[in-house]
Amino acid sequence: MASTTTVPNASPIPGSRSLLSRLREGDEIARLITFLFAASVVLVTLLLVFELWQGSALPRHKFGFNFFVTRVWDPIFDQFGALPFIYGTLVTAGVALFLAVPLGIGAAIFLAELAPARVSDTLEFFIDLLAAVPSVIYGLLGVFIVVPLMREYIQPALKNSLGFLPLFTGPAYGLGFLTAGIVLAIMVIPYIISVSREVLLSVPRDQREAALALGSTRWESTWKVVVPFARTGIMGSIFLALARSLGETMAVTMVIGNTPTISASLFSPGDSIASVIANQFTEATGDLYLQSLIELGLVLFLLTFILNGLARLLIVATSQRGSEMGRA
Amino acid sequence: MSGRLRWRKFVSGFMLTMTGVCAVVAVAVLFFILGYLLYHGGTSISWNFFTKLPTPVGESGGGMANAIVGSAKLLLLASLIGVPIGFFGAIYLAEFSGSTVAFVVRYAADLLNGVPSIVIGIFAYSLVVLPFKHFSTLAGGFALGLMMIPITLRSTEEFLLAVPPPLREGAMALGASKWKTIATVIVPAAYRGILTAVLLAFARVAGETAPLLFTAFGNRFWSPGWNQPTASLPVMIFTYAIAPYEDWHRQAWAAGLVLLGLILIINIVARAILARGIAVPRT
Amino acid sequence: MKKIAGLLAAGLFLAVALGAQGALLINGAGATFPYPIYSKWFDEYHKLHGDIQINYQSVGSGAGIKQVTEGTVDFGASDGPMNEEQIKTFQDKHGFSILHFPTVLGAAVPTYNIPGVTAALNFTPDALAGIFLGRVTKWNDPVIAGANKGVSLPANDIVVVHRSDGSGTTYIWTDYLSKVSDDWKNKVGKGTSINWPVGLGGKGNEGVTGLIKQTPNAVGYVELIYAAQNNITYGSVKNAAGNFVKADLAGVSAAAASSVKTMPEDFRVSITNAPGKAAYPISSFTWLLVPEKFSEAGKRDATKGFLKWMMADGQSYAEQLSYAKLPKEVVAKEVKAIDNIK
Repeated sequence: MASTTTVPNASPIPGSRSLLSRLREGDEIARLITFLFAASVVLVTLLLVFELWQGSALPRHKFGFNFFVTRVWDPIFDQFGALPFIYGTLVTAGVALFLAVPLGIGAAIFLAELAPARVSDTLEFFIDLLAAVPSVIYGLLGVFIVVPLMREYIQPALKNSLGFLPLFTGPAYGLGFLTAGIVLAIMVIPYIISVSREVLLSVPRDQREAALALGSTRWESTWKVVVPFARTGIMGSIFLALARSLGETMAVTMVIGNTPTISASLFSPGDSIASVIANQFTEATGDLYLQSLIELGLVLFLLTFILNGLARLLIVATSQRGSEMGRA
Repeated sequence: MSGRLRWRKFVSGFMLTMTGVCAVVAVAVLFFILGYLLYHGGTSISWNFFTKLPTPVGESGGGMANAIVGSAKLLLLASLIGVPIGFFGAIYLAEFSGSTVAFVVRYAADLLNGVPSIVIGIFAYSLVVLPFKHFSTLAGGFALGLMMIPITLRSTEEFLLAVPPPLREGAMALGASKWKTIATVIVPAAYRGILTAVLLAFARVAGETAPLLFTAFGNRFWSPGWNQPTASLPVMIFTYAIAPYEDWHRQAWAAGLVLLGLILIINIVARAILARGIAVPRT
Repeated sequence: MKKIAGLLAAGLFLAVALGAQGALLINGAGATFPYPIYSKWFDEYHKLHGDIQINYQSVGSGAGIKQVTEGTVDFGASDGPMNEEQIKTFQDKHGFSILHFPTVLGAAVPTYNIPGVTAALNFTPDALAGIFLGRVTKWNDPVIAGANKGVSLPANDIVVVHRSDGSGTTYIWTDYLSKVSDDWKNKVGKGTSINWPVGLGGKGNEGVTGLIKQTPNAVGYVELIYAAQNNITYGSVKNAAGNFVKADLAGVSAAAASSVKTMPEDFRVSITNAPGKAAYPISSFTWLLVPEKFSEAGKRDATKGFLKWMMADGQSYAEQLSYAKLPKEVVAKEVKAIDNIK
């Protein structure tokens, strides 16, 4: 606390100043007040993690690691296993990425490499708006547009053409893993596009020009030189999209079918971690039941935490690399 | 030689066209969503929607007046919590802190930002609903405010740091103390960016549903004060969309249009403010 | 700076203004089964007593039990009475007990959406148990067809729809299935939230009705009024006496009649699979869960006032919404029981 005037605090009087006079100047108060606000952020985050940990003590002790591999979720017989929900969360995220990554990277390439600056900026503006659409609206559209579409046209078509695959067997409900995955894909495309576009733009010009000078076509220089250069950043955007799809609640719960099932078929209804918490949290009578739901929340939190961290590392690494090489 | 070259050129043209298609598809989805909502929501919006309370099940003529006011109250409370913490915390990070503290705070903010909204709901339930023994606007506003903090904090910090050094040094050379410099020079210089950050955070939480499910809960009537459950637009959309009543579906579309319209307008305004540039040109 | 201060002041003023206490607000939550009539009742009661607002959220019986136990709502509602363990939890938490007040009688009906079938199908207990256990998978299965000669049933896959949330309607349904099928009783059991062998989940009676309406070949269980209000076909169920009964007020009242004499003091009774020629076998009371003690006199008096009104004038709304009125004897007992609320 007793710092000397190595900090340029603009005092016209050089030399040491007492705490009181510094206080009177207001700087110390300002520092203290703003520190309290900043500290509150850390405190609230710590409290959140603590509450999640404490709040899931019962099932952690009772089930231990078995919680993650048990398929049964039975409130009557007090058996709680997270496997169906982890499965549902991962499958829907997987479908979402399978659809969103090619589309997103393709669009990002177009925006970064081909489109003239104004077109690129305008389209990016609209894509950012897409990212702002709230989840419940996607759910609304999912229930009234995607589900009937799936049930009447897409699922039967898939069944007829690719029905030999275990992925596309079973009755066409309209709801289920595939539908949830499709809705999620639409939700995460904007993230992939905007981040990938940025990292692609940060690739220094000489990379492209060198490739073109050596006789490659536009596509070859893009796909074989620029994109690999921005590879880690693009990976980062994918992780970001993945983290978003794992935590998504409303849109998923409205179209996934709400049945804890593990099935090879994408047509099957299922459930995800976020969805089951939303459905059952207010009615979980009994401590073990409630705390099992909280443990699910803890699992989700850890998953998204790791993914977000990785994403950031990758994105930062690419931009740094780009700017370094640009300078050289 | 020439044949191979032709093939490569063809591939190039084809693939690049495909990327264009991808971009068009992505943007088309947005316009489709907007169009569909405009059509369905537009035909359902009525005077009743804005002024009436919900009617008993099966009876038509109800509206979402209480949900609109409820959402407004929730967002007001969320801003009162999220904006000061984000703003003043960012000032600390940008102006006062050492690098370790800054790292810890930023890390915590990023962590908070990544927490799925349903988990924030769980947290707010145990922290506010249970001790007060009430579902309440307070709990809902708290949950939403938590979500606003990281966005306002990080963005504000960025814009504060972007204020050019000559500006700061000039103020100090004239004898201003640190806090005066911040208040009268730095913050005004960064004010456009900060406003944008606040608006974007606001738009982000305006559409959040999951955290409200077990905090604000729901209310068929007006919600007095801050300690009672309240209806909100996103939760009403959810409840009405999964129900079987046609009348409720229509109201859900109308609410969806209102909500999305609000969010998009805020986003566009925020970006327009930012696009007009920071108050001081960078050197 | 001044502008910000001004805005904050305006905001605070608004906050205080909006925060002004007006009516007395009582919060309840629970069963979706009686939601149509509850929403009507609370709306009517508010018209009669403008200063009392009873806010009821239809979130499922499970949530009703849980939240009234936690104390976050003033009363709960459930179609499955609280079991001993749940009552004990409440008592341990609050130091006093919780009372059950029957409000109306309703029926859980098997609704379905089979393309081309408009007739009301006959369901035997075996058929219902088989369908919901996942053993009977096609609509033209002999177990179903046998009871429906004359109706041409397609060979389509049955889509089972059940509740995804903790539900008293589920309790009623599984209570019935446990009585008529040993297999069900041993494999699945009865409760508000069970481990369903098959099917899609819908949230609330509302969600299940919505799903059935939109999904061809679907079958599910909902309260009678939801099927009636939404024009979806529902079938008859074979009762204990061997007759196929389609749910209606007479059938439900007949089911309740046999229990009236043996009604326990706390009103917790099951009337599924009731004896009697005309009894509809999947009927049930539905209860308001009211704590024995209220900390606020205003809320206590308002709640007692509502209960009295509900048992008298309120009952007249039941039939137009397809719920059966409470038997007179039960009402008489209940009126006395209201005095137990302190």
